[in-house]
Amino acid sequence: MKLDRRRFLQTTSATAAVLAAPGIIGRAIAADTIKMVGILDQSGGLDIYGKPMVDATVLAVEEINAAGGLLGKQIDLKMYDPQSTIQFYTQYATQAAAGDKADVVHAGITSASREAIRPTFDRFKTLYFYNTLYEGGVCDRNTFCTGSTPAQTVEKLVPYAMKKWGKKVYIVAADYNYGQITADWVEKYVRDNGGESVATEFFPLDVTNFGPTIKKIQAAKPDLVMSALVGGAHVSFYRQYAASGMNSSIPIASTTFGVGNEHILISAEEGNGMIAAYSYFEEIDTPANKAFVARFKAKYGADAPYLNELAARSYEAVYLWAEGVKKAGTVERMAVIEALETPVSYDGPSGKLEIEPKTHHAVQNVYLAELQNQKFNILETYAQQQPADTLLVCDLKANPNQAKFYFENGLEAAGIK
Amino acid sequence: MDLAIALALQVIYGIANLVLVSLGLAIIFGMMRVINLAHGEFIMLGGYTVVVSTNHGVNLWFAMFILAPVVVGLIGVIVERVLIRFLYGRMVDTLLATWGLSLLFIGLITTIFGAQTATTISAPLGPVPIGDYTTSGYELFLIFIAIVLSVLVYIGLKFTKLGLVARGTMQAADMASALGVSTSKVYAITFGLGAAVSGFAGALLAPITGVLPTIGATYIAKAFITVISGGAAILAGTTSASVLLGGINGIVSFGIGPTMGEVALLVVAIILLRLMPRGITGRFFRKSS
Repeated sequence: MKLDRRRFLQTTSATAAVLAAPGIIGRAIAADTIKMVGILDQSGGLDIYGKPMVDATVLAVEEINAAGGLLGKQIDLKMYDPQSTIQFYTQYATQAAAGDKADVVHAGITSASREAIRPTFDRFKTLYFYNTLYEGGVCDRNTFCTGSTPAQTVEKLVPYAMKKWGKKVYIVAADYNYGQITADWVEKYVRDNGGESVATEFFPLDVTNFGPTIKKIQAAKPDLVMSALVGGAHVSFYRQYAASGMNSSIPIASTTFGVGNEHILISAEEGNGMIAAYSYFEEIDTPANKAFVARFKAKYGADAPYLNELAARSYEAVYLWAEGVKKAGTVERMAVIEALETPVSYDGPSGKLEIEPKTHHAVQNVYLAELQNQKFNILETYAQQQPADTLLVCDLKANPNQAKFYFENGLEAAGIK
Repeated sequence: MDLAIALALQVIYGIANLVLVSLGLAIIFGMMRVINLAHGEFIMLGGYTVVVSTNHGVNLWFAMFILAPVVVGLIGVIVERVLIRFLYGRMVDTLLATWGLSLLFIGLITTIFGAQTATTISAPLGPVPIGDYTTSGYELFLIFIAIVLSVLVYIGLKFTKLGLVARGTMQAADMASALGVSTSKVYAITFGLGAAVSGFAGALLAPITGVLPTIGATYIAKAFITVISGGAAILAGTTSASVLLGGINGIVSFGIGPTMGEVALLVVAIILLRLMPRGITGRFFRKSS
């Protein structure tokens, strides 16, 4: 991004306006608004994920308000920045539920942050939306998880990559619950498709030297590498892999590459040919998505960040919740939950998005794409994928009084462990 | 055999990598006793200088070898003049001030360039085959640069007038001052030099790592562990600690896995500091610089 004075003033004043606006609007029409709170990291290491999510959430709320609001009321959106720190998450969650008395909260990026605040919303009976792709397994009547899970994306990615490149798979993953659980799912799908995972390696989030592992990959001679690496430090893997000339001999498929906009942090020749699967790519070629991207760029400037699943889903989840409120005719929590379970659906930039009532996850389209010149070319579309992993362990229809996170996320039920 | 050579080169590269990310900190901490918590951000600024200037058409080598050290060195001099010089001898205050500085740099870069900046560069020099294996030519080049840089710093401190004056000022500032040395200038230059070396390291790593505003945090811990384990002598300390820690990290990462590699590095550092509280050069190579 080029810096000039005007742009600088624009962004800073826009940020200031966003930060100040809820307070001002809130006071002006205090009595008759719907209160929505967002808790997403706008600073610290997770800001690469959080900032586009914040922008998308704000856009959705502004659009709904401009179109006359919900049930004739304006939505009063308040954004908190937990600064990539779990402690602030719990603090702001309590503030949102007990202080602001929010009607709905959209919050959390990492699974760790979600698990820190989910009990707070259960306790204060505050409706909660979590809009990040994650490893699956949350089973909580008060919580809606709209992002994609491994059974939706990994299940498509692994067979596709194996069919294209071969059956010997080397897995590299981030060393925390997302990476560990996702690696288990990858191993399962490799096995199910008649392949072999030759090795699985986990990396702490601050590792920047991947040389020893690259040598091991050379020694193991797999047909492809599956990556579930996370965060800025791990971007080094793809770069050092390319520097050793490996990207031209052993291709990479990833469950995470692109959601942190990694594809612009490495050069075109380093990333060409990698494949990934998510429920949204900016390049989706539908009128609804093109209009969404145009509105987003109109608001945030032509060099606004690339729109990935996290941002698009944050936007769509606001509308999904709004559909629930419209159907319920009230913002009262139980009525909205029951309305959402009917189930409601929303046709957004990613296509049709529908609540799966047993798990409170989303039935959604999944897209498989290949990276070329820092852009994703969509190769395959899989319509209306069920959250099959969470469905193995969670049935809120049969047993509504649950508020659990199944760590094992159906790994046992799926016969993985 | 091929694997042994490839692996040996990899371990040596791991060591060179530690030398690069630690040397700037070693100069600032070893010479001036200033604990610079913004060290990671100096590395990040070096990386950003390269990414931003190459995006504007600047030659990669020029950006890495000239632009990044100069830009970050100047930032270092400014930081020393407006912040650090008021805090000499106040260890805890410097700690807080430089920590604040690191947050400021992260915030400034995020505000100016956004949370991520697209890059067009990739590692130059291509892969080098070693039998069945390939290694990155650029990593071999970095090993070479780490050696050259260490030698240059050694010569600079040991055999030049500036090095002599700097060392004298650090040992006895009032005496140097009485002999007509402008100590404040020496402090500024030394700090700037440390910053320039850090910026240079960041620039060299830019083509093979992710360059993000928050990336400094991933370097600072390892740089500190290396410098503290090394002890008082800047060069002998940093290189010996890098060989020990980087070597163990590389071998264990290959043998068991990256998580255990990190654990092994930390365990060795803890044991080492338990046995030698003043670092390697507190016990060995005491006469070195």
